[in-house]
Amino acid sequence: MPTIDKATFEDLKQISGADFINELIDAFLEDAPKMIGEMETALATRNVESFRRNAHSLKSNANTFGATELAGLAKELEMMARESNLEIGNRLEVLKETFLNVAKELEEMRT
Amino acid sequence: MTSKQEPGHLLVVDDNKVNRILLSRGLEGHGHKVETAENGRQALEKLRANPFDLVLLDIEMPEMDGYQVLETCLQDPDLRNIPIIMTSSLDEIDSVVKCVELGAEDYLNKPVNPILLRARVNASLEKKRLRDVQRKLLHTFATKEVADELLKTGFSLGGKYVEASILFADIRSYTTYAEKEDPGEIIDLLNDYFALMFDAIVDYHGTVNQMAGDGFMAIFGAPISRDDHCEQAVRAALEMMELVDGFNLEQAARNKAQIKIGIGIASGNMIAGYTGTQHRATYTCVGDTVNLASRIQNHTKEAQHPILIDQYTKEGLSTTIETEALGSVIFRGKQQPINIFAVKRK
Repeated sequence: MPTIDKATFEDLKQISGADFINELIDAFLEDAPKMIGEMETALATRNVESFRRNAHSLKSNANTFGATELAGLAKELEMMARESNLEIGNRLEVLKETFLNVAKELEEMRT
Repeated sequence: MTSKQEPGHLLVVDDNKVNRILLSRGLEGHGHKVETAENGRQALEKLRANPFDLVLLDIEMPEMDGYQVLETCLQDPDLRNIPIIMTSSLDEIDSVVKCVELGAEDYLNKPVNPILLRARVNASLEKKRLRDVQRKLLHTFATKEVADELLKTGFSLGGKYVEASILFADIRSYTTYAEKEDPGEIIDLLNDYFALMFDAIVDYHGTVNQMAGDGFMAIFGAPISRDDHCEQAVRAALEMMELVDGFNLEQAARNKAQIKIGIGIASGNMIAGYTGTQHRATYTCVGDTVNLASRIQNHTKEAQHPILIDQYTKEGLSTTIETEALGSVIFRGKQQPINIFAVKRK
């Protein structure tokens, strides 16, 4: 199952211009691992606000690229953090796994 | 809407790099000049350093979030005219509503739709251009403070009570070395004189609202209320005297007419508002205080002091300004004697 929604991705190309899609992919592949890292740290230190903010940013970026599943996972975690609930089970591991698939697919979508 | 949009200077504020690249590249593609900021603090630094036509502002940011930036901008007279479009994800609709209620121009959902982005940015820039033209027009016929007040509160002819100081100034006499006064020279003299006097008034936050012949009236403490209106009015008067001295020196050097002026100031409660019609109106104050200021100004010649003030004004002064009590005077049309004070020049 493809992890990137093609229509959204085409829109993205249109708005940024085809020339800049690689720059965008670079930025995402550079920033998203940092966000996930911050979420792990926040989880360990029980920093609900930092966890929520990073989940929010990751969700926002995932939506931008049409990575619907990743966005859904990030949103769920954002919502839990918003209610100060950090009992997230294995959701962060699932999210990481999903991100790696997204990253692989985005690498192939460079122009 | 115009099909050919002039490029604008835009600021994109987002803590997220992907969003910053996306918005700035998209907008640059439409011909705009775009700068970016990673947080609210950085955004305000950039806004204060350079003029911008439009801001695209993220709500969720570390250091200083979108609300704080929006509120700061709206409270800053230099920044409140820059339209702000909030950018937010779909599930932040409550936050967006709050921003629009606060005074944001518009909003865009992220991921941003390219067509909507273009349309909203162009519409906002167009509106700003119209407002800029309007503001410029307004400033040409109204003083800055009146224009700002009008732009802020909207135009209404209604009046209200204010506590303010009124200053009347008049040229008491012309002295000339020339045999005969040249009418053209007198008009030049008046123009130079008014330019100097209005600078002094504006320096002390006053508003010149009436001119008649070689006299004029200025208001301190309205339309923008301020507690130190007495002090400001008297300081403006002292500044005016200084400027007249300098002016006379120049005139004498060129063998041209010199002037003596009289200034009267009275303070208190009065009715202020826009009088006139919807098409032609002026901001003015009416009431006993205004009449008194005019009478006190008339009294300067007889009293042999160029700056006279009433008791209310005297009591509003700091100790750095020295005054001399001249006793009480019964003015024409007034029942009660009025205590008059001369302001001493340094």
